[in-house]
Amino acid sequence: MARPPARILIVGAGPAGLRAAEMLAEAGCTPILVDEAPRVGGQIYRQPPRVPGFMRTASELYGAAADRARDLFVAFDRIRHRIDYRPGRLVYDLIDNRAIVASAGKSEEIEFDALILATGAMDRIVPAPGWTLPGVYTLGGAQIALKHQGCAIGSRVAFVGTGPLLLLAAYQYAKAGSPPAAIVLPTHFRSFATAGLRLLGLPREFLLGLFWLLDLKRRGVPILFGHRLAQVIGEESVTGIVVKRRGQSREIACDAVAVGYGLQSETQLADLAGIKFAFDVVRRQWLPEADPLGRATGRKDVYLAGDGAGMLGADAAEARGRLAAHALMTDLDISHVTYRPKLDLEAVARAVKLQAAMRIAFELPGDFFAAISDETILCRCEQVLASEVRGVAGLMGARELNRAKSYSRVGMGRCQGRLCGHAAAEILADKLGVSVDSVGRLRGQPPIKPVSVATVAERKT
Amino acid sequence: MSEPRLQRIKDQDRRLIEIIVDGWAMSTMEGDTILVAILAQRGHLRDAPGEPLSAGFCLMGACQDCWIWLDDGRRIRACTTYAEPGMRIRTTWPDRLLAS
Repeated sequence: MARPPARILIVGAGPAGLRAAEMLAEAGCTPILVDEAPRVGGQIYRQPPRVPGFMRTASELYGAAADRARDLFVAFDRIRHRIDYRPGRLVYDLIDNRAIVASAGKSEEIEFDALILATGAMDRIVPAPGWTLPGVYTLGGAQIALKHQGCAIGSRVAFVGTGPLLLLAAYQYAKAGSPPAAIVLPTHFRSFATAGLRLLGLPREFLLGLFWLLDLKRRGVPILFGHRLAQVIGEESVTGIVVKRRGQSREIACDAVAVGYGLQSETQLADLAGIKFAFDVVRRQWLPEADPLGRATGRKDVYLAGDGAGMLGADAAEARGRLAAHALMTDLDISHVTYRPKLDLEAVARAVKLQAAMRIAFELPGDFFAAISDETILCRCEQVLASEVRGVAGLMGARELNRAKSYSRVGMGRCQGRLCGHAAAEILADKLGVSVDSVGRLRGQPPIKPVSVATVAERKT
Repeated sequence: MSEPRLQRIKDQDRRLIEIIVDGWAMSTMEGDTILVAILAQRGHLRDAPGEPLSAGFCLMGACQDCWIWLDDGRRIRACTTYAEPGMRIRTTWPDRLLAS
């Protein structure tokens, strides 16, 4: 008797999810691919809407990564009629082997035998006074405005934070005809230079970074190493920023701010799936654990791929998508084309090396979180101040983040701590004088993003 | 009215459509998200009593900063909802919800 085909669900249609889907489709499987966006590509290869008048080519949209993006879209076009692709849907809960999905105001359930989570990442935010003013956006948001909608977030944008995305986004804005007001990094130039030496072993990335930097310099964009964002100024909208270096303040006029301190994994679904989490010292984030191929620790039917399982970037995400699909098919005895994981494992190893260099390049000063002023809004959903989190530290056993959340409402709002969780943990740990891993992590809660009561009530059981 | 928040710099040759924001007709482009449609003409998105002005933050459906309303009281996330001709949008609490 023929076995019924395995029901395979992939969450996320970015580089990891798409490569996993491709490999499964090529082996004759029909995975279900659920994605929140209306078109594939994830955030990194976000596409403009399919509407006449969006004319930019892949090179204009994705620059140096245009070939990667094109290859990925071609691969998707080849498999889209062989897989069950469901765009515009949110998996908002996982119960045993069922995914609960919001789809056009209703809930549907998808049962699976195996699940690949390719949930991606978002900007890591560190708050500063004034960061909730209209006109402050994440770096990723600034990029998406441009890629997806052809808009700049302002006419004179200050780019603030750390990470390669900072330079890339600023470069993209300059190239699109919107020269940045300034680039502000808390990192010191010497750590940047040290990392440069390390990057000599990765010449492509080194040259690319150097190219962005020199291009911005050539355009006369001020690049301020060793400066911290002290305040965003404005009444109803951003009119400038104050930056500080060694006690000296300086004001920069701008009408928008793009801010981001690297990227953090979206781990809520892995949490709901019951995967074991471990603290990643390098990324300073709790991450779901998996073996090198992506087999999640704690569940036999769940696989992790891409940046949702720890930031390594888009190229590694493609590799990790294939590795996870390979592991899944090996485990379920699904015969598939000869695939030797060696090349993809090497791609991942290369990305790990790159990340290590980036960590040095964009190292945050040791007192970065301690220096966040008391009156800074930490949690924008619930309007919780840094002082309130410091105030509950240690009270009635609040040595742990979820306890501090109960007392102060930090991380209790609509975004579920995506924006404030990292800073809240660092501030709490700093106040208690303990390491950040010892305060734990905010637990994932269903629904992982807001859905209407009607949507939940419409759930077919 | 406040200065426009967003600047259109690419792909501006698109069909114009009309939406209704707080009772006023607003011309925008096909393919715009609600967030872009409004912020290409105004400085902020949501102006609800007891809350700070909002103009969105992450633009990728994660931060939940950009929720506004349809006239019928339903909430929409402005950065992931596309403008459609005739759509009726409220940037503050719809009367319907306040009355009930």
